[in-house]
Amino acid sequence: MSTVGYLSLTDADREAMLEAIGIASLEELFEQIPSGVRFDRALDVPEALPESALVRRFEELAARNADTTRELSFLGMGIYDHYVPAIVDTFLSRGEFLTAYTPYQPEMSQGVLQAIFEYQTAICELTGMDVSNASGYDGMTVAADACFIAKAHTGRTKIVLAETLHPMARQVVKTYAPGFGMEVVEVSHDGGTIDPGRFAEASQDAAIALFQQPNAFGCLEAAPELAAAANAASALPVAHADLASLGLLEAPGEYGCAMAIGEGQSIGNYQSYGGPHYGFLAARKEFIRRMPGRIVGETTDIEGKRGFVLALQTREQHIRREKATSNMTTNQTLLALGGLMTLCWLGPEGLRELGESCLAVAGYAKERVGLPLAFDRPAFKEVAFRTPIPAREVVSRAREHGVHPGYPLGRDYPGLDDVLLVALTEKRTPADVDRLAEVLAEVTGA
Amino acid sequence: MELIFEKSRPGRRAGRVPAYDLPVPELPPELRRGSPPRLPEVPENEIVRHFTALADRNFGIDTGFYPLGSCTMKHNPRVNERVVALPGFRDLHPLQEDEGAQGALELMWELQQILAEVAGLPAVTLQPAAGSQGELTGLMLMRAAFADRGEHERNVIITADTAHGTNPASVTMAGFELAKVATTDRGNLDLEDLRAKVDDRTAGLMLTNPSTLGLFDEGIEEVAEIFHERGALLYYDGANLNAVVGRSRPGDMGFDIVHYNLHKTFSQPHGGGGPGGGPVAVRAELEPFLPSPTLVRDGDVYRLDHERPKSIGRVRGFAGPFGVFVRSYAFMRAYGPALKEMSEVAVLNANYLLARLRDVYDLPFDRHCMHEFVLSARTLKREHGVTALDVAKRLMDHGIHPPTIYFPLVVAEALMIEPTETETKERLDEFVEAMRAIADEAATNPERLKDAPLTRPVRRLDEVKATKQPVVRYSFERAGAVDRVEAP
Repeated sequence: MSTVGYLSLTDADREAMLEAIGIASLEELFEQIPSGVRFDRALDVPEALPESALVRRFEELAARNADTTRELSFLGMGIYDHYVPAIVDTFLSRGEFLTAYTPYQPEMSQGVLQAIFEYQTAICELTGMDVSNASGYDGMTVAADACFIAKAHTGRTKIVLAETLHPMARQVVKTYAPGFGMEVVEVSHDGGTIDPGRFAEASQDAAIALFQQPNAFGCLEAAPELAAAANAASALPVAHADLASLGLLEAPGEYGCAMAIGEGQSIGNYQSYGGPHYGFLAARKEFIRRMPGRIVGETTDIEGKRGFVLALQTREQHIRREKATSNMTTNQTLLALGGLMTLCWLGPEGLRELGESCLAVAGYAKERVGLPLAFDRPAFKEVAFRTPIPAREVVSRAREHGVHPGYPLGRDYPGLDDVLLVALTEKRTPADVDRLAEVLAEVTGA
Repeated sequence: MELIFEKSRPGRRAGRVPAYDLPVPELPPELRRGSPPRLPEVPENEIVRHFTALADRNFGIDTGFYPLGSCTMKHNPRVNERVVALPGFRDLHPLQEDEGAQGALELMWELQQILAEVAGLPAVTLQPAAGSQGELTGLMLMRAAFADRGEHERNVIITADTAHGTNPASVTMAGFELAKVATTDRGNLDLEDLRAKVDDRTAGLMLTNPSTLGLFDEGIEEVAEIFHERGALLYYDGANLNAVVGRSRPGDMGFDIVHYNLHKTFSQPHGGGGPGGGPVAVRAELEPFLPSPTLVRDGDVYRLDHERPKSIGRVRGFAGPFGVFVRSYAFMRAYGPALKEMSEVAVLNANYLLARLRDVYDLPFDRHCMHEFVLSARTLKREHGVTALDVAKRLMDHGIHPPTIYFPLVVAEALMIEPTETETKERLDEFVEAMRAIADEAATNPERLKDAPLTRPVRRLDEVKATKQPVVRYSFERAGAVDRVEAP
């Protein structure tokens, strides 16, 4: 008998199977491994735990994390504590979705294929685009994906990044760019946002010009002007957007962007220490054959009934190999379905209300927190405050009061050591903001 | 069935969002949305019924046997779902200070230790989001290591003709040139061909071992020597690691860089396409180039180290797909050293199926297999006009997910079968009976196979149409009709 419950052969099964194979012992099957590379000792790994002890071990580990149910948190900077509806838990744990592979056999997978088609439709609606893939890895890697598309489309190699694009997205682009044969130019901010004139200048001869709306400081960029600046230089303008903002803010497709990308976590995923989440990548229709990853399309069966399949597979690595548009195979389907379910649950009204609640609580925080604003710009759900002592110090002192006050921007922006980025989702109440204001007053002496 | 958008009626809704008695600041008019997104307007009851109906139209491991070769569709233990939902993991913000995330960092550290032991390589990054991103990371590590040595001329990566498509695609994305090496009649790399191709421009090899044929490369020691003699590096595609855990280690085989598929070997559920996890392990000399940040242990305290001057940089956001780490670490802790037994049973199950099917389907490589094997339907095709696709579609009517078909490319009419270790003998026998019944049916009633599947929610679907005339989103303008995105 096996020592582990996940294995299910009895001794009698094993005997019968060895006999059917025509061997006396299991060892014969492993003789194809040359003796010089066989591993002859037991694995030096922690002992096996029965399920109840396993749960206890994980509870101990989890208890040593200051999660947002235990600490009043104003952390954001790309990942947000928005409410995840109960239906997401219900359906992402359904085994038919959870334990299925990529839908290579469409007749076995109509459920997930139709759901992805619906997801693609919802993403296109929010972003004002014609086509969405079935998801990318996260909000950072989709920025690199967009660059690869832009090089193939324009034949140019220059990438322009707004400095107010999430620092990790910029880092991922810089990691990928040499392999793509591309080079990166960054445009620094002026008072919290990007100047369209300087963006236009940088976009000359560029393949792609990426900016973020709302940007990494929480400020609203003059996004239509940035897109126009890139378009004037024939560089592809790409907006990195927050889905939670798109009930209120204009869709990037409506102001001339070639693509819209972003991190989907705000809509339908838990924070989960950074993943897994879904990145979204949507584009105008002329880019459809250059898109990376899975795309689901509608078709019919031999009786004319509507059905869904993986479309345009001739772009993909399993068909095109070294000529593929990407090496991507595994994506983030399950997390993207969490996004779809949340969007269905919110509906257009709910998404607008979600945005308005964020906007209202952020507005309240601007008034209530007794620190000067770092940037004189409209905000959506994050507000940057100047701190009289280094923001990192503010964080560690405030945490002693059970409040995580936000993200010290100096971690990524050397000149901004005295700037604290405070995130306000619809889950933060006016009373929470009052508490934040009290603690900040106490620890900064302001 | 209807799309959720077709069930929408103006004025209906499900969720309520908290509204506070606060003024809503005005947005600059030029930034405001002109018209609301046409999201579905449906009550929660209908959302629940919709996704229940979609679940009913989908097949997972929970539904039945899923011998999809190269995908390692093993049971996904439910305790893993319980622990990943603990608030201390689920609701932890990734930018929490390290001292507020010690439990998460300790978990990642312990996962890294086990991964290192399994691969026989000391340094691990958990950052890559999937196997293919692990591949790309590995190739970037090679480039960085050669640049550090001043060997800029090394620009060629060699892959096997049996390789997954991700290997050549990753080579292109990383900016390398591709060369291919042939496979011998026994399913090993052709050493003569290899010796002729490896030279001073060679950066390295990407290899899956056991290969996609399910065969362990018997000449792996010579292969490693050929590359290392020339100063090149070896990359191990861990897609088939489930065959050898505790039995043979990539590091001991001579590989310098390895990626793991946490969603294959270590039971992260595949979620209909993802998420996955693609950690990478390397030899000590390559450690300085690993993606930033890395995880460091100082006594009993863990921290993320961002000060890595030689690092290739960041390949993904934050510290990687943490929820995947929780599940995979839970899986490893349930096994302990018996992970070896996991691989043994996977290999036994595959060989049992092979033994029971070899007289009715062609077996292109007549050896014991490892955790998977490749049959061919070429005789069925020649004699009865029945293809691997027909066999696959007919299996659906037996309540079994088809194997991987038409891959690897070196085998005509390929059927690539991977049962995994978590199936009972009765399930394996049912599969054997179904495959034998289909072979019989090919002789007696081949037309019926062409009609399959007969019992799924849809009949055989036209995949060519979906590519030639792509319809990739619902059209609101023509309700009941669809938008056609014309190819440029």
